Amino acid sequence: MSEGIGASVKRKEDRKFLTGKGRYTDDINRPGQVHAHFLRSDVAHANIKSINTKAASAAAGVVAVYTGEDIDVGGPICGWVVPNRDGSATHEPPHPLLAKGKVRFVGDAVAVVIAESLQQAKSASELVEVEYEELPAVVDLETASAGAEIHEGMAENRYFDWELGDEEATDKALKSASRVVKLTVRNNRLVPNPMEPRAALAEYDDLNDSYTLYTTSQSPHLTRLVLAAFMFQIPESKIRVVAPDVGGGFGAKIYVYVEEAVCTWASKKIKRPIKWTADRTQAFLTDAHGRDHINNVQLALDSNNKIIGLRVDTLANLGGYLSAFAVAVPTYLHGTLLSGLYDIPAIYTNVKGYATTTTPVDAYRGAGRPEATYLLERVIDQAAREVGMDQAEFRRLNFIPKDAFPYQTAVALQYDTGDYEPALDKAMEMIDYKNFESRRSEASKRGKYRGIGVSSYIEACGIAPSAVAGALGGRVGGWESASVRVDPTGTITVTTGAHSHGQGHATTFAQIVTEKLGVPNSSVELVHGDSDRSPFGMGTYGSRSLAVGGVAISKALDKVIEKSKKIAAHLMEASADDVEFKEGKFTVSGTDKETAFGEVALAAYVPHNYPLETLEPGLEETAFYDPMNFTYPAGTHIAEVEVDPTTGVVEIVDWAACDDFGNLINPMIVEGQVHGGIAQGIGQALLENAHYDENGQLLTASYMDYCMPRADDLPSFKVECTNTPCTHNDLGVKGCGEAGAIASPPALINAIINALSPLGVSDMSMPATPETVWRAIQNAQARAAE
Amino acid sequence: MYSTKIVKAENSSAAVQAIGSSKEGKILAGGMTLIPTLKQRLANPDCLIDISGCGLEGVEDKGSSVRIGAMTKHAAVAESSLVAKAIPALADLAGGIGDRQVRNRGTLGGSVANNDPAACYPSAVMALDGTVHTNKRDISADDFFKGMFETALEEDEVIEAVSFKKPEKACYMKFPNPASRYAMVGVFVAKFSDGVRVAVTGAGEEGVFRHSDLESALSSNFSEEAVSGVEVSSDGLMSDIHASADYRANLIGEMTKRAVSS
Repeated sequence: MSEGIGASVKRKEDRKFLTGKGRYTDDINRPGQVHAHFLRSDVAHANIKSINTKAASAAAGVVAVYTGEDIDVGGPICGWVVPNRDGSATHEPPHPLLAKGKVRFVGDAVAVVIAESLQQAKSASELVEVEYEELPAVVDLETASAGAEIHEGMAENRYFDWELGDEEATDKALKSASRVVKLTVRNNRLVPNPMEPRAALAEYDDLNDSYTLYTTSQSPHLTRLVLAAFMFQIPESKIRVVAPDVGGGFGAKIYVYVEEAVCTWASKKIKRPIKWTADRTQAFLTDAHGRDHINNVQLALDSNNKIIGLRVDTLANLGGYLSAFAVAVPTYLHGTLLSGLYDIPAIYTNVKGYATTTTPVDAYRGAGRPEATYLLERVIDQAAREVGMDQAEFRRLNFIPKDAFPYQTAVALQYDTGDYEPALDKAMEMIDYKNFESRRSEASKRGKYRGIGVSSYIEACGIAPSAVAGALGGRVGGWESASVRVDPTGTITVTTGAHSHGQGHATTFAQIVTEKLGVPNSSVELVHGDSDRSPFGMGTYGSRSLAVGGVAISKALDKVIEKSKKIAAHLMEASADDVEFKEGKFTVSGTDKETAFGEVALAAYVPHNYPLETLEPGLEETAFYDPMNFTYPAGTHIAEVEVDPTTGVVEIVDWAACDDFGNLINPMIVEGQVHGGIAQGIGQALLENAHYDENGQLLTASYMDYCMPRADDLPSFKVECTNTPCTHNDLGVKGCGEAGAIASPPALINAIINALSPLGVSDMSMPATPETVWRAIQNAQARAAE
Repeated sequence: MYSTKIVKAENSSAAVQAIGSSKEGKILAGGMTLIPTLKQRLANPDCLIDISGCGLEGVEDKGSSVRIGAMTKHAAVAESSLVAKAIPALADLAGGIGDRQVRNRGTLGGSVANNDPAACYPSAVMALDGTVHTNKRDISADDFFKGMFETALEEDEVIEAVSFKKPEKACYMKFPNPASRYAMVGVFVAKFSDGVRVAVTGAGEEGVFRHSDLESALSSNFSEEAVSGVEVSSDGLMSDIHASADYRANLIGEMTKRAVSS
């Protein structure tokens, strides 16, 4: 069986994970190690009047206790800013490593207690006396935008007030429209919940004045850069960051949090290695949350049901501090996607980002694009209902036509390629769309309301073309690096700046090597996650690992092949121009001469017969790849549900997903990514919600109250793909990690509304819990009875 | 978890003695609630009295009732052929508690003594006209449950077994909380020759309770229609982030109908 591009090779990494042999941060122990426990604020918003650490410092086993006053380095920084409408800049309030003078959410770190054992650290932290002067909690966007003050001097409690698009043209379209479809949607707040909680193990080397930090990071090089250059202001080369096996991230492990930084800082103070591992409660309280938008949407239609304009006014709840990419999520990862797959001549969006006394909000699987897709696919569905058109046909009518690519949207992006109808058609066929009505009537005989919901989505992946990101407010590059080392015996070591925490890089990246060099998968080793072992890289997020990191590997392989041809030409006494390389063999065209890749590798390291005058020995190449554009995966998901009107329980009875991810390297891994994404999207649509009470307490801070999707909540998914290869990268790939989470929530909510529309239900909020659905039915029935 | 000591009791009187000689001793049965509570540092007992060696496990047929030892695990009740034959609804209930791990640790006595308002077992004890046997006395179900997490148990009292009357017919219907899978509403309907008992868990502000309107309606006409004729009030029902009182009231009606028609 082929092990190259397009083969469903089984994941190389699964053996260790499935047998419990993964090596995570918490599995690592260092001699002399001590344990950190963070005392966290139990109130949402308060001035700190005093902190007394005397008793805690004297407690058994305690090595040190620190508060904000002891910290002499900077806190987390903002990685992306946008200009305000009035030309001023995003407000970036300071975020101290430990609270100074004020706490701004339940879970805010107030002090750290370091002790010989974790139990001793916990017991001592109970002896720290903190006197709070409580201030009003600010939980929701309504309160946040009505004169609250969380950061001193931050006008209107707003981090930013940003706009994109042509307001005048859009308002004109809304005025001249034959119909304006209006909708307000709330995108519920989610807690990311990677299986492995965050952890850090920091060690200071006194002899070299340097630090090593083992941590749960999606982007270890960025962690090193931020710690060294922005927080500690020490040479970057004095910090090594290692992200060993990491059990999921979903965005929450992109950023440098206070805990990792405090442990690193304190490891020099006490000259002992310090370990901290979050328990699940701390994960709920401090991992950056996702979503939490309110969107006011207006869609303008002409008399032929063509969309002529779209206006979206968004309020984003960003929490007590501005997290690293919090600004990018509701702006450039959201506003720029508002055209969807539709030809919309005029679009305008305004986004206001507010502070609240809640956990900071940042990127979570999809990051801005699920929010854009949700509001768009909801309003499109409502439009189809209002004009009496079939939901699929209304979409088809408004799709960007196949011959319009490259397509410039009204919101900055240029889609390089796409063909949206085949994915819609295929998804409709997969779910037997045309016979739906007979299934609906059969279900109604059983007392169930059956519905079908469509969601057609697009996302901008392969984050990011650096020049574009920089022009839009990004403070980092968007490229990725790769190094391919051919060993003397012909085996291959690939180092990448991308980080695998569930994505299967060891397998997928090896397939690229196999395809290009003709060596077996088993000859390829992947090195990642260690700032000392791989070239500087940007990490893994935004469905970028393959579309950026994989392409960098491909480019490094091209360099290897180019040099190998020169060596082969010398060995075969031919001109390099006549040398061909295929399936691991070099041949000279027009002759029967051939030499194997292994022979060339050996010659490179044992250069007894080698063109040393013109060519360096060795065979190792590095490439940095910066994409020319984003990639644009797109597709259609269709959900079919049955609703039990007596309880409001929604059962998902069928699911068809047809995605265009461009070329596939490993279709099995792609399908797995789609499954996981859909599961998370179903979680958002039906089950998950971070619920704060009016005092700012997170009521859903454990699995007793926060409902994660389980296997028995999910149907079997039907997953297929179409393919329009990306036009601007060597592999023709687009990225698949976030698609499922982006496409699925509106498909499901549209299906529920479709099911209940005979009762007069036209709106449904997320999560559509049994009570939410039951209440919508009750209200519709009460209205009908009036 | 705060450090504490564990005493392994050989019988229930030794367990009671150990409680008496500790400052704030706690009986450890399956530990499905107590251990997480300790891990969260929400309790700080100076002594845990492990009663797994007290010989309180097992299922016995007592003719008109089934007696189950307090330390019998949910999995053992779920798999007992004796229970399946005598009161299949009770085996079903036990098989639906928590997950496989919980069912292999959690015990009948632990559940009943804790009287969690969302636990399944209290509804069975109530609807099956159960008797709680302690080291001191027998307590009828109606006298045992005293409100949320409250029971008639005294400080020096340990549950040894619970007896359940054999009904003509019974069924437990649970609407699980989607997150915890505890009962958001659980209704146990038991039909006896002299009437019907309906016990509701997961819904009441005071924990498990008998629903007298449903009982009298079903005692005169054991049918779904009889349930439809009862207006289930939301008075006294819990409202929380998972379900409001009136949604719980609706679920009580629905789960009762399903129990009756199953």
